[in-house]
Order: sequence, then structure tokens, then C-alpha cells
Amino acid sequence: MSRKQRKMLFRILLSAAIFVIGLLLPIHNIYLEFTIYLICYAIVGWDVIWKAIRNIAHGQIFDENFLMAIATIGAFCLGEYPEGVEVMLFYQIGELFQSYAVGRSRKSIRSLMDIKPDYANIEQDGKLIQVDPEDVSVGNTIVIQSGEKIPLDGIVLQGQSSINTSALTGESLPKDVTVGDQVISGCINQTGLLKVQVTKEFGESTVSKILDLVENSSNKKAKAENFITKFARYYTPIVVIGAILLALIPPLVSGGNWIQWIERALIFLVISCPCALVISIPLSFFGGIGGASKCGILVKGGNYLEALAKTEIVVFDKTGTLTKGSFRVVAAHPNEISQQQLLEYAALAESFSKHPISLSLKQAYGKEINHQRVSNVQEMSGRGVSAKIDGKQIYAGNDKLMNQIQVDWHMCDLVGTIVHVAVNGIYAGHIVISDEIKEDAKRAIVSLKQQGIQKTVMLTGDTQAVGEDVAKQLSLDEVHTQLLPSDKVDCVESLLQQKSAKGKLAFVGDGINDAPVLSRADIGIAMGGLGSDAAIEAADIVLMDDKPSKIACAMKISQKTLRIVKQNIIFSLGIKGLILLLGALGLTNMQAAIFADVGVMVIAVLNASRALYVNSVER
Amino acid sequence: MKKSFKMVDLDCANCAAKMETAIKKIKGVNHATVSFMSQKMTIDADDDHFQEIIKEIVKVCKRIEPDCIIQI
Repeated sequence: MSRKQRKMLFRILLSAAIFVIGLLLPIHNIYLEFTIYLICYAIVGWDVIWKAIRNIAHGQIFDENFLMAIATIGAFCLGEYPEGVEVMLFYQIGELFQSYAVGRSRKSIRSLMDIKPDYANIEQDGKLIQVDPEDVSVGNTIVIQSGEKIPLDGIVLQGQSSINTSALTGESLPKDVTVGDQVISGCINQTGLLKVQVTKEFGESTVSKILDLVENSSNKKAKAENFITKFARYYTPIVVIGAILLALIPPLVSGGNWIQWIERALIFLVISCPCALVISIPLSFFGGIGGASKCGILVKGGNYLEALAKTEIVVFDKTGTLTKGSFRVVAAHPNEISQQQLLEYAALAESFSKHPISLSLKQAYGKEINHQRVSNVQEMSGRGVSAKIDGKQIYAGNDKLMNQIQVDWHMCDLVGTIVHVAVNGIYAGHIVISDEIKEDAKRAIVSLKQQGIQKTVMLTGDTQAVGEDVAKQLSLDEVHTQLLPSDKVDCVESLLQQKSAKGKLAFVGDGINDAPVLSRADIGIAMGGLGSDAAIEAADIVLMDDKPSKIACAMKISQKTLRIVKQNIIFSLGIKGLILLLGALGLTNMQAAIFADVGVMVIAVLNASRALYVNSVER
Repeated sequence: MKKSFKMVDLDCANCAAKMETAIKKIKGVNHATVSFMSQKMTIDADDDHFQEIIKEIVKVCKRIEPDCIIQI
């Protein structure tokens, strides 16, 4: 509790104590009774009255302080002193609780995002000194001891260690780094001493970007939030006007009891504050976004969290999203030579290329490449390469190349990228290279389907055979292959036509060269955001690691948040409506009304803070 | 120009919403958000009169919630 809150608590307790004494003592003197209750009232409510007067001077009429003041002073005027005090007491208890609860949630969200490094170590004259990370510039060398937070993005110059990325990704498995590896700010260095060359200034580093993103996420409001703001603007004036009408019309029309109707009107004033809604709805979204970031899912605004729950179609990019994006030799089918020899020829022929396919061939070959054996290398774009190896003429490439040199080749029954090899004009066999599907891709699709996603679609620039094979393995509903980046936008456009008016389409990509599609989709989700600025900027939701199953996790958090929001809206409005009705009919009194009103708020705030806890959501 | 300010003692959510509406009505303000949750105000306003606009914002906020202090 802050000092202000403690002071308030003291005032409430003191006032309540005097109030109870006043109730218990057998006082028959009306003046003494009035004085005791007035003291209670003044202790607990003087600031409300003061604020009410001050705000009226500023032209703020429908202010909760003013309404509370009118309601309680009204009760005093009617001779209902205990009611007046009780209403004020409950009101202040409610306010105190609310400020305490909101403060707690705020704090726990802040601690979730406790990734901001406080200092960086710089070596100077053989000694380590601590400096502000903002003062370190690109190219400087920083030292990170074990147990310390990595303050800036950089490349390891010296040392090896395992680093804990869980604060950023939610992933508990540590990552091993060694010389030449990239390290990302916000992670914790666990075991060894690292010397790191800084590659980004603090303002540009991952940790700053993430903090900035999360802090600004409350700027983009969800529809439900806007609805509540609008609702609050009309609710109070309407209820106050209702109260005035209730106080005036029935007695004037039917000549009824003025006091009775004024009492009922005061009940209206007591519940005219839309607090429960105004606080609990943004709190739910704030909690949902905070909880998601705990799992390594950054959501850029409440509106995206809201939209995610309404997703009907999920469109995936293939490479880097559902597959690892790293090519691997899966089979070598030689013709009259040994498997190792086939690999050797292909690897040597492709040894000067930096294409992922060439790299995978070299990896499969596994031995040091002797460049002196290779000469006359010629690359034929879109076909392959030719080279002289140990005096033999080698061709390695696709079917077009084989047709061109008129070698009799045959198809492979495996799916993937196929490299045919010909030695001195004779077919020597082929090598099958393919991309691996991520381990959790299958689980991600199943889980999305369980959550009511109607359609899963994959878009890829890859060949039809490869694309369809991946789609089949993952049991996706639809696949579009051989697409150029611009075709992907067209594809998403036509899919957008297929969803229902309220449904949303999410596109999941790795953030590299799919920025147009990310922005065209209702919700753009980028994966592997850790260390990729482009992804963080282009997308609406960023998955810090590259696990597709996190999409399902994000959807669960989104659905849970929206459920809480809906519960709070219905519950708060329902109870308020009920009290208004009972109050108008004279079936309730002021204490019950304020008790219900404060109770609604407390429950709504507690319910909202549930959004923060994502442990129940399967990781 | 876009700038954000910390708000101290912003105690009521309804006031934050009221401030936001009032700030948006000030001439020269392109966009404004007052976040009760993060206790922050983000203002996007014309560069030319930025200082005057900020003064006006402080005045408006003072009228709605006199206890809240905007840290400039």
C-alpha cells in the first residue's frame, strides 16, 4: 500500500469505529446523535465533499464525487444519519480497494516485463566499471558476468555460456552461445563470462523495442473498451436525469410522499458511477496482454487481442513458419556409383555456391572440401552447375539441365528439391533435399482446429509437389504453391472474401519479405521476433520464438480475456439495472444499493485480474 | 511530434477517459491517449505550437482532476 492508501485506510477504520460506538451507545439526544454521525461522515468523506465543490467550480457537474456528496447529504437532510455515513464508508472502501487492486496488477505486469537492464560492464584499465547502457555505443566491448542481464544486443567475442531467454520467449530451455553468436538484450547470462561487441545502441536494442511495444499497447483500444468509454459518457447523465424525474414526477402527478420518492432518487445517484466497467474492462485487456508477453507473445494492442478470438481463417507461410527453413539431404539415390561418391561430386561441384541447397550438400558430404580438385565451375541460373572434378566433367542440377545435356535421367518417388548428377555424360543418380517440418507444427494445427478455426491455409513459393506434401503431412485444408510475394497478397485478398463479416483472418509469417501480407491480413503474426526488427515492426502480434504452437496459445489467452470482459459487462450492467429497478420500486434501500455497487466493482476488478494469470492456459 | 508523459496520482479511470476526450478537442492535437493502466499520456500534436498545446493540455487536465500531476 502506498502512503496515500494507508492514510485512507486509517480514516476508514477510525470512522467505522466511531460509527459502531454511535450505534451501540444508547443515545437519545438527537443533537448528540447528529454530532457523532457528522464526525464519522467528516472523517471519512471530507475529501469527497471538497472535490465535489472544487469540481463544480471547474464546470464538472456529473462527477462521482458530486453525486456521492448529494446522495449522502440528502440522506442527512432526511434525518437518515447512519445511512449517509454508511454510504460514504462503503464508497471509500470501494475506492481504496480499487486503487489497491489496480496498483497490484500494474505492479505484477511491470515485474513481468522486468527485462530492463540497469547497467553494462565496461573494461577500463583492467578494471570492470558499471555504466548506464544508454552510454554504450556501437562497437564497444561489454563484459557480462554469470547471473547478469545482457544489457545490449551484440556478438560474442570471447567466452561461452548458456543464456536464459525465458523473460523474452517464455521458453525455459537455455540456449548455448559461443564466439561469433548473437546475443540479445534482456536475456540472462547463466554460466560463463562473456565478452560481447555491441551491435546496437540501447534505444535500438531488442529490450527497448519490446518495452516500448508493451507500454504502448494500451493505446490501441479494443472495441469493447471504446464501447465502455462511450457508454460511461451517457450512463451517468441518464441516471442522474432519471433520479431527478423520479424525485419530481410521481409526487407531482399522484401527490405522493415527497420524502419517499426523494429517497428512491438518492438510490439512483448512489449507483450512477460507471466505475466497475470503466476500470475492469481496460484492466482485463491490460492483463491479457501482460499475460501473453509472459509466454513470449507480444500483442500490440487490445484491438488485436480482441480480433484474435474471432479468427476464422489462419494463413501460414511455409518456409520458416511451418518448416524450419533449413534444407537437409534426406536421400541419395546413386546410379552405378557409391552413395558417398555421388554426394562428393555434388558437394564439390556446388562448393563455390552459397545457396542453401549447396550448403546442405556440403553438410551431407561432411568432409573438408579440397577446392583444388575443382575447376571450370560454371553456374547456370535456374538449372544448376557444371564443373571439372578430377578431370571428369560433372553436371549437377535439375531436370532441365539434364534435358539440356541430353542425359537419360529418371524421376524420384520422394518429394523435395532434387539434384541430378551426371558424370562424363552418364547419369550418376540424384540427391533429394528437403526442408524439415517443425516439431510442434502438427500440434499447432490440431490445437487451432480444436479452438474453432474453420480453415487453415498454407502459401508457399515452393513447387507444387513439395507444398502439397507438407500440407498433407500437417493436414492443412488448403495449399497454394508456386507463389511470388505479390501473389500471396492476392491469395489473402481472395481468402478475406471467404470469411464471414465478423470473422477475422490471421496471417503467420516469419516477417522476412512478407510485410505486405502481414499488413493486409486482419491480424499479422510474425514469428521469431527475437532479434528481427522487421518482424517486430510489421506485425500486430509478435511471437518471440519460432514455435507455431504459440499461435494457439495466443488464441486461448485472447478467448479467455474476452470471456472475462463479457462476464464483467453483463454482470455489472445486470446488477446496476436490477438495483435501479428495485430502487425505483422502493424495494431496496441506500445501504443495499451502495453495498451492491461496491461489490460489483470489487468482483469485476478481481475477475479482470484473472486475465493476467496464464498458467491455466496450456503452454 | 509525438511525446509521452508520466502522470502521477491519476486515480480514477473515468477521469482518464474524460481527459482523453477533452485533450482530443484541443486545436492542434492530432491524437491523444490517456492510459489509466500505465499512468501515461501520449500526445501527438503539431510541431509548431507544441509547447503551447502542452500548456493547454495541463490546464484542461487540472480542471478535470486537480490532484493529478503531469510530469513534463
